[in-house]
Amino acid sequence: MKIVVCVKHVPDATADRTFTEDGTTDRDAVDSVLSELDEYAVEQALRITESGVDAEVTYLTVGPDDAKDALRKALAMGGDRAIHVSDDDIQGSDALGTSLVLAKAIERHGFDLVVCGMASTDGSMGVVPAMLAERLGVPAVTHLDELAISIEDGSVTGRREGESATVRVQGTLPAVVSVTDRSGDARYPSFKGIMAAKKKPVETLDLADLDIEPEWTGRSAARSAVDTAAKRPPRAKGEIVADEGAGGVGLAAFLTAKKFA
Amino acid sequence: MAEILVLVDHVDGTVRKPTLELLTLARRLGEPSAVYLGPGADTATDVLGTYGAQKVYVVDAPDVAEHLVTPAVDALTQIAASSGPAAVLLPSSLDGKEIAARLAVRLEAGLITDAVDITADEDGRPVTEQSVFAATYQVTAHVTEGVPVITVKPNATAPEPAPATPVVEKVDVTFDPAATATRVLSRTPRVGGDRPELTEADIVVSGGRGVNGAENFAVIERLADALGAAVGASRAAVDAGWYPHSHQVGQTGTQVSPQLYIAAGISGAIQHRAGMQTSKTIVAVNKDADAPIFELADYGVVGDLFKVLPQLAEEIDRRRG
Ligand SMILES: Cc1cc2nc3c(=O)[nH]c(=O)nc-3n(C[C@H](O)[C@H](O)[C@H](O)COP(=O)(O)OP(=O)(O)OC[C@H]3O[C@@H](n4cnc5c(N)ncnc54)[C@H](O)[C@@H]3O)c2cc1C
Ligand SMILES: Cc1cc2nc3c(=O)[nH]c(=O)nc-3n(C[C@H](O)[C@H](O)[C@H](O)COP(=O)(O)OP(=O)(O)OC[C@H]3O[C@@H](n4cnc5c(N)ncnc54)[C@H](O)[C@@H]3O)c2cc1C
Repeated sequence: MKIVVCVKHVPDATADRTFTEDGTTDRDAVDSVLSELDEYAVEQALRITESGVDAEVTYLTVGPDDAKDALRKALAMGGDRAIHVSDDDIQGSDALGTSLVLAKAIERHGFDLVVCGMASTDGSMGVVPAMLAERLGVPAVTHLDELAISIEDGSVTGRREGESATVRVQGTLPAVVSVTDRSGDARYPSFKGIMAAKKKPVETLDLADLDIEPEWTGRSAARSAVDTAAKRPPRAKGEIVADEGAGGVGLAAFLTAKKFA
Repeated sequence: MAEILVLVDHVDGTVRKPTLELLTLARRLGEPSAVYLGPGADTATDVLGTYGAQKVYVVDAPDVAEHLVTPAVDALTQIAASSGPAAVLLPSSLDGKEIAARLAVRLEAGLITDAVDITADEDGRPVTEQSVFAATYQVTAHVTEGVPVITVKPNATAPEPAPATPVVEKVDVTFDPAATATRVLSRTPRVGGDRPELTEADIVVSGGRGVNGAENFAVIERLADALGAAVGASRAAVDAGWYPHSHQVGQTGTQVSPQLYIAAGISGAIQHRAGMQTSKTIVAVNKDADAPIFELADYGVVGDLFKVLPQLAEEIDRRRG
């Protein structure tokens, strides 16, 4: 079977991220990395191949030139090949534009299973997997803590923790799934893996390769726009006291003054 | 006046609080119409009317319980086609966001997720406010094309009653073939305790790795109960199996924005901050004076949580008499 894993290259979430003047992410300000939550998607795809299912794993990213780094990192963890969709006209896409490009690339490659992270660590909307399923006309089985493929039934089954219930869900293959950071720790690339990744094929595509008109994606096609982006003012420096036996009583006084107690 | 569709989040007819918040926000933009899926609409209509629903669309079919997400998308698409709403508002829950995502694709409409506030511009169109980049930025945005589809976080506003007598309209929806849907094999409701829900609580008391054991969470719960608060936990505490994941606060847990957040034995990693740093007042108790959580704290106690928290809980009880 063909597994496509969608991985996003994002500004490092532990650095100070900012916006450019046109309200899009400033990708030059900080280093970018493979979105941490997508490592879990890579891990699950690799575990499927290791469980005896005969599958080819292809990574897919949509992003500027250096987004290739995310593909190399994933390939170093394992898997077979990668596709990088890059085009100046994609810059500034909203989730609708991004999902359109991803869906076209997935259709072109062919798929039985698409594996995504639960959310990116920059936009963190958590909507691209459902949009892909909608565009591809297949089920979305998302936010899974646990995932199993049955080739005989042609289905994918999983467990998700909803807000008010734990739900066991199932979709018919082909399908799109997304997995959480509870699905299983992601492996570290080994030295051998890093060397092997350098030889794995990475195909680069642009919008024309995918029969996408430039005006369907990018900033001009975005159906939402940022009006203002302001850094939250740093919180005023608080009162920090060392407990010398009456710390709890002092805290109670603070809470009473604030009318919490 | 413009019609605003609000997707109702309910458990067997009991409407959840975020829906009342959506109805309250919807009134700033036009006349709210509630879209109710599943059985139990009769019980829900009263409360929906109390919070200003002028209309309740009811979709009750077996598909709604058997399949996840897509029945709601089918329903909203068809209701939107006939009613021509000025916006669609949904809760920022897992299901709510997924419904919104598919709906935006079908309607070819702009999508904004996780709004923490919505206001109307001079033409009455929605302008949203979002907290982004682990809540370090505050962004205002609007939809430029199509019917704005907006998901709103819990606690974005206080529900305000505006009594109306809604017209109830039963809607027959044509559902997509089951092959494109996700089947629900089983559903195990979580038994909520007596404490308030994390996303809805005014006060949250959270424990982290410093709590050092499942049984020690009694110390956190004792303080929470003295304050009438919900209990939260860091991922470290959840991963250790000390407290259920449904209580995890942070990037991959629940994002909360209470009036008061108390972090005990939590260092303040960026992923934890992402879930709590928009809280009004933040209090930290940590034995390490250099813990980053103190950078956020309005009040911090450097000390042992096992000494500070019980003393605090007792003092609160004493002050209450
Ligand atoms: C701060 C901020 C706010 C934004 N707000 C909005 C908004 O309100 N509305 C809107 O339409 N757009 C918005 N965007 C743009 C949107 O984030 C991007 O268009 C993005 O490509 C899709 O959303 P996401 O990153 O949130 O992905 P998510 O839906 O969170 O991603 C889930 C998964 O989809 C896959 N995936 C997502 N993007 C890619 C990619 N480029 N390549 C490969 N796989 C991918 C990954 O597996 C990922 O884990 C915002 C962006 C930022 C940075
Ligand atoms: C992709 C990803 C997603 C994540 N999502 C989340 C998330 O949603 N939520 C989340 O919380 N984390 C999340 N994390 C984990 C996060 O990075 C931190 O590891 C985690 O928040 C640490 O939890 P902690 O503060 O309880 O533990 P630690 O960092 O170990 O801190 C424990 C603190 O307790 C103090 N302490 C110890 N004993 C006592 C005592 N007796 N009295 C007082 N203080 C004491 C210590 O001084 C220390 O500061 C995520 C990480 C990743 C990579």
